[in-house]
Amino acid sequence: MRTWRLPEEVDTDQLAPGHAMKHGIDVIARHCLEQLRPDFARGVRPGDVIVAGPNFGLGSSREQAASVLVHLGIAAVIAPSYAGLYFRNAFNVGLLLLTCKDARRIADGEAIAFDARAGRVLRAGGEVLRCEPIPDFLLDMVAAGGLLPQLKKKLSENR
Amino acid sequence: MTMPMTLAQKLIARAAGRQTVAPGEIVTCDVDLAMFHDSSGPRRLKPMLDELRAPIWDKRKVVLVIDHYVPEADEESRRIVKIARDWAAEQALPHVIDSQGICHVVLPQAGHVRPGMLCVGGDSHSPTGGAFGAYMFGVGATEMLGVLVTGRIWLKVPHTIFMRWTGRLQPGVSAKDMMLAMLGRFGMHGGQYQAVEYCGEAVQALGMAERMTLANMSAELGAQAGLVQPDQTTRAWLEATGADVEELGLVRWHSDEDACGVRHSFDASGLAPQVALPHSPANVRGVDDLEPTPVQVAYVGACTGAKLEDLRAAARVLRGRRVAAGVRLMVAPASVRDRDAAAMDGTLQALQDAGAVMLPTACGACAGYGSSIPEGSTVISSTARNFRGRMGAATAQVYLGSPYTVAASALRGRIADAREMLA
Repeated sequence: MRTWRLPEEVDTDQLAPGHAMKHGIDVIARHCLEQLRPDFARGVRPGDVIVAGPNFGLGSSREQAASVLVHLGIAAVIAPSYAGLYFRNAFNVGLLLLTCKDARRIADGEAIAFDARAGRVLRAGGEVLRCEPIPDFLLDMVAAGGLLPQLKKKLSENR
Repeated sequence: MTMPMTLAQKLIARAAGRQTVAPGEIVTCDVDLAMFHDSSGPRRLKPMLDELRAPIWDKRKVVLVIDHYVPEADEESRRIVKIARDWAAEQALPHVIDSQGICHVVLPQAGHVRPGMLCVGGDSHSPTGGAFGAYMFGVGATEMLGVLVTGRIWLKVPHTIFMRWTGRLQPGVSAKDMMLAMLGRFGMHGGQYQAVEYCGEAVQALGMAERMTLANMSAELGAQAGLVQPDQTTRAWLEATGADVEELGLVRWHSDEDACGVRHSFDASGLAPQVALPHSPANVRGVDDLEPTPVQVAYVGACTGAKLEDLRAAARVLRGRRVAAGVRLMVAPASVRDRDAAAMDGTLQALQDAGAVMLPTACGACAGYGSSIPEGSTVISSTARNFRGRMGAATAQVYLGSPYTVAASALRGRIADAREMLA
């Protein structure tokens, strides 16, 4: 795996550009971050991690800005803060967001490990970064693959 | 003895079936209204609802607005709009607003947003509803699915950031300038996904359209909701749209004086027109502090900046004058109702005589639809966002301003101060 370190202020128009929004997620994925990191869409591999600046995901409520990263296999985003709407969308579609005030210490390309429940990121050189705790119900949601699988399970249990 | 609460707390408490709620608590609220549009709604919701084989919890509380992909410009747009219309028919949805204008404007025009309600919208500018003293915020499609199936949504009770504006706006200065000033000061995360409440005599003096502009751009401040205490102005506006105003309960929906919150003060009287420079709504400077900035495109559009009052503001500057050579002035009214009223009172005529090109009443270039913004152009726009590429041209330089500022800039061919032209 590798880390993709993005510039500050990544908004939803960068993640899911307006011109691609009339198409399906596979087309949106081809244009994901094309202005900020033209090498990302072709180079990303399942299990990779994104490291970003504050207020990641600001802008629109378009869920595709989160589900595109799930589609591309991103294992987690690590950033000091997130736009609130994006935060909710991410967990709803099964994208793990780690809130880590020292996220910017991680270098581009670095191989890292993380433990969401323990709230820890392990850097390549052994440094441990602490993350804010995530409520259990949100961790359960990500583990289930998002809200839809959870709802499906709940409804079938009630039938 | 209940603890003092802000308006946000009171709205959430009611929806959660509680006497009181405290900031930081996670609660589950009953939803009074769920709105989505052709982009965020049926094409995303139908497959998921079909997969769950679940019915909509209460169709009377659901509103579909068709505003993003109309007028249908290509095959994909036609397909998306057809999915929306077919699904609305299949579900027998009682509330469908089709091609009448932008959701955040047509929704209250149709009487769907009233003080005291807890509402969600499938669009990030859903906080516009807060202008009516409702707790309204934006959600993504899967979140909306959860609401449609359960009728409820979880919330972390926000604390409230009060933005108190004293004094009175000068002629040619507007709510958009107030918003840009707040954005310049606090940035796009200043709202911290909490509730912002706009208050003070300058806010109370605003009409509903101006209050909607404030609430609307709470999204850019990064707030979850942007509230204005409802009052007689709210009541009169709702009454004029034909809504039932008997049971509004206005007295209840206000922040207690000693409620906890963060308080900031601003002076409206001394506020100059503000402009957001490329490529962020928070990159704000006073119009007098700008280098001379020639523009080729002046855009009056979007829920943020093309309501009737916004169109009238632009017309006040442009009446009897012509736009500068080399400037293309485009006007896309926010709703059919606004457009028709502007046609009736001479506003549209004044704009067209000045050289304005009329565009359809839809989101249009604000969200990058319609291909009206040329690459490499410098644009002054009454919309809410100037992110790189947002308006459909990757190399356009977009400045944000009030409708007054857009009109003044169209006249001069560079970003200009409307107060000079209104004196």
